[in-house]
Amino acid sequence: MKDQHARSRRKRHRLTPQQSESRAAYMFLMPWFIGLVLITIGPVIASLYLSFTRYNLFSAPQWVGFENYIDLLFWDQVFHDSVIATAIYVLCSVPLILIASLLVAAVLNQGLSGLAIYRSLFYIPSLIGSSVAIGFLWLQVFGDEGIFNDFLGWFGIAGKSWVSDPSTAPATLVALNVWTFGASMVIFLAGLRQIPASYYEAAKMDGASSIAIFRRITLPLLSPIIFFNLILLTIQSFQGFTQAWILSRGTGGPANSLMLYTVYLYKQAFEQLNMGAATAMAWLLLLVIALITGVLFWSARYWVFYGDDKQ
Amino acid sequence: MSQVRRLAMHMGLVVALCAMLYPVAWMISSSFKPEAMIFSSPGLIPEVVTLENYRNGWFSQRDATFGLFLANSFIVCGFAIIGNLFGASLAGYAFARLKFPLKRLWFAIMLGSIMLPIHAQLVPQYLLFLKLGWVNTYLPLIVPKFLATDAFFVFLMVQFMRTLPAELEQAAEIDGATFWQRYWRIVLPLSLPALVTTAVFTFIFTYNDFLSQLIYLQELKHKTVPLGLALFLDAGGGSSSFGGLMSMSVLSIGPVLGFFLASQRFLTRGIATQGLK
Repeated sequence: MKDQHARSRRKRHRLTPQQSESRAAYMFLMPWFIGLVLITIGPVIASLYLSFTRYNLFSAPQWVGFENYIDLLFWDQVFHDSVIATAIYVLCSVPLILIASLLVAAVLNQGLSGLAIYRSLFYIPSLIGSSVAIGFLWLQVFGDEGIFNDFLGWFGIAGKSWVSDPSTAPATLVALNVWTFGASMVIFLAGLRQIPASYYEAAKMDGASSIAIFRRITLPLLSPIIFFNLILLTIQSFQGFTQAWILSRGTGGPANSLMLYTVYLYKQAFEQLNMGAATAMAWLLLLVIALITGVLFWSARYWVFYGDDKQ
Repeated sequence: MSQVRRLAMHMGLVVALCAMLYPVAWMISSSFKPEAMIFSSPGLIPEVVTLENYRNGWFSQRDATFGLFLANSFIVCGFAIIGNLFGASLAGYAFARLKFPLKRLWFAIMLGSIMLPIHAQLVPQYLLFLKLGWVNTYLPLIVPKFLATDAFFVFLMVQFMRTLPAELEQAAEIDGATFWQRYWRIVLPLSLPALVTTAVFTFIFTYNDFLSQLIYLQELKHKTVPLGLALFLDAGGGSSSFGGLMSMSVLSIGPVLGFFLASQRFLTRGIATQGLK
């Protein structure tokens, strides 16, 4: 009886169902909102402010206008080296990963037995590829006494230390990134499975060659997945840090050839305590990534095929 | 497809896999060889098997064993997993199952934040944690997870929770269940595959993560596996420590592979739909 009374009283003061649902939703989102302000968006905005200051943690930030940006863009040779190293890294890794992952996924999708085992084995490098342990392994593989030189030795080719030569060190870093193509491959495999078998059967009946089938059926129908992987890989590659750090033993060398953008940003912030320059670098990175993703999204309308439902 | 073509494809795949995984196999094999034989006797099967490298690597630091680094990594990963499960499932539930004003705007912001490079946040985050006195503690690595800052996992939760039938919650609503009860008793238990995926990948990402641990953990007693391994860089990488380095490297990738293999059954769906790396 008492219970019923309480319930009816609550009913009178109750919010409408829609209001109470909104209120509940904002309660559920509360941790995310706090994170957004303090950890995610807030710091991005604070970075913008700091990028216009000189700040070394010990005295208050001092407003210097565009000085950090001008110094970086026009005077800082290491910054230029880091931009080149990063451009090489991204421009080589992303296409190679896309090609390798698409190729292996297409082969695996031919109905070969043992698909699950192959998929897991190709995926293993993606699990461990960003670890410090694999960085050390790579130092050995492409080092003076490394197993890559052992392999070259079979063909009578004299080796060298590939990681400590500035002309070949970037290639070893790219190789390590490409080694982890399994993650993209798994996504491609999932996409390939969505393509109805009837398309292939019809094409075969018409006598299409397997290359024509791949170009005219597989590639267009897979283009949204290619686009997804392209965006993901580009953003990830811009942010590569660990392996460049380990392969260069924390120096970015030899001759800044492994000075990825993020490595130099770390050094500016936490070794030289140039917080202003570091945040200016962070914002330049943000703008470049936004610009490139923007261009990729714009280009998508010319080559990404979203099926009949959206036309 | 002809038998010959099929066989050729299998051979191509096996050759590619051997080339890719040979360095890892070599590392494992070397870790069990006596130091002097690592380079003098190549070949994957060790002629003499020894655990000497493991002892050297384990005790290579004067003031800490590698066991401490492993334990520290597990502490950080454990709390990071709890944090991500908590933060991502709460936000995911709101985005997937509830109606509220400005939902599209917040959802777009959440999606956009996946693409934000962490480097744009690095310095102010550091300043914040420095002010709070959290540098040289595990809190900067753990607390953000409770605040659902890994938007990627929020997205994963949303995508999964959206697929659950609405009828289940409607029945609970008629029975007078609160939103919290609907989340906790109905949606969360049904989201087990997404929760497992989140847990496993939080473990792998956190365990492998080097940059934020490098920034926030400077004292030896707090160091985690990646930082513990990186100490071998300071040792100059002389040949005396090479066996130790290889053995600890093998030891350090063990948990990742183990965790992955143990949960693979649950993961196939998560990886296939979300493209986790």
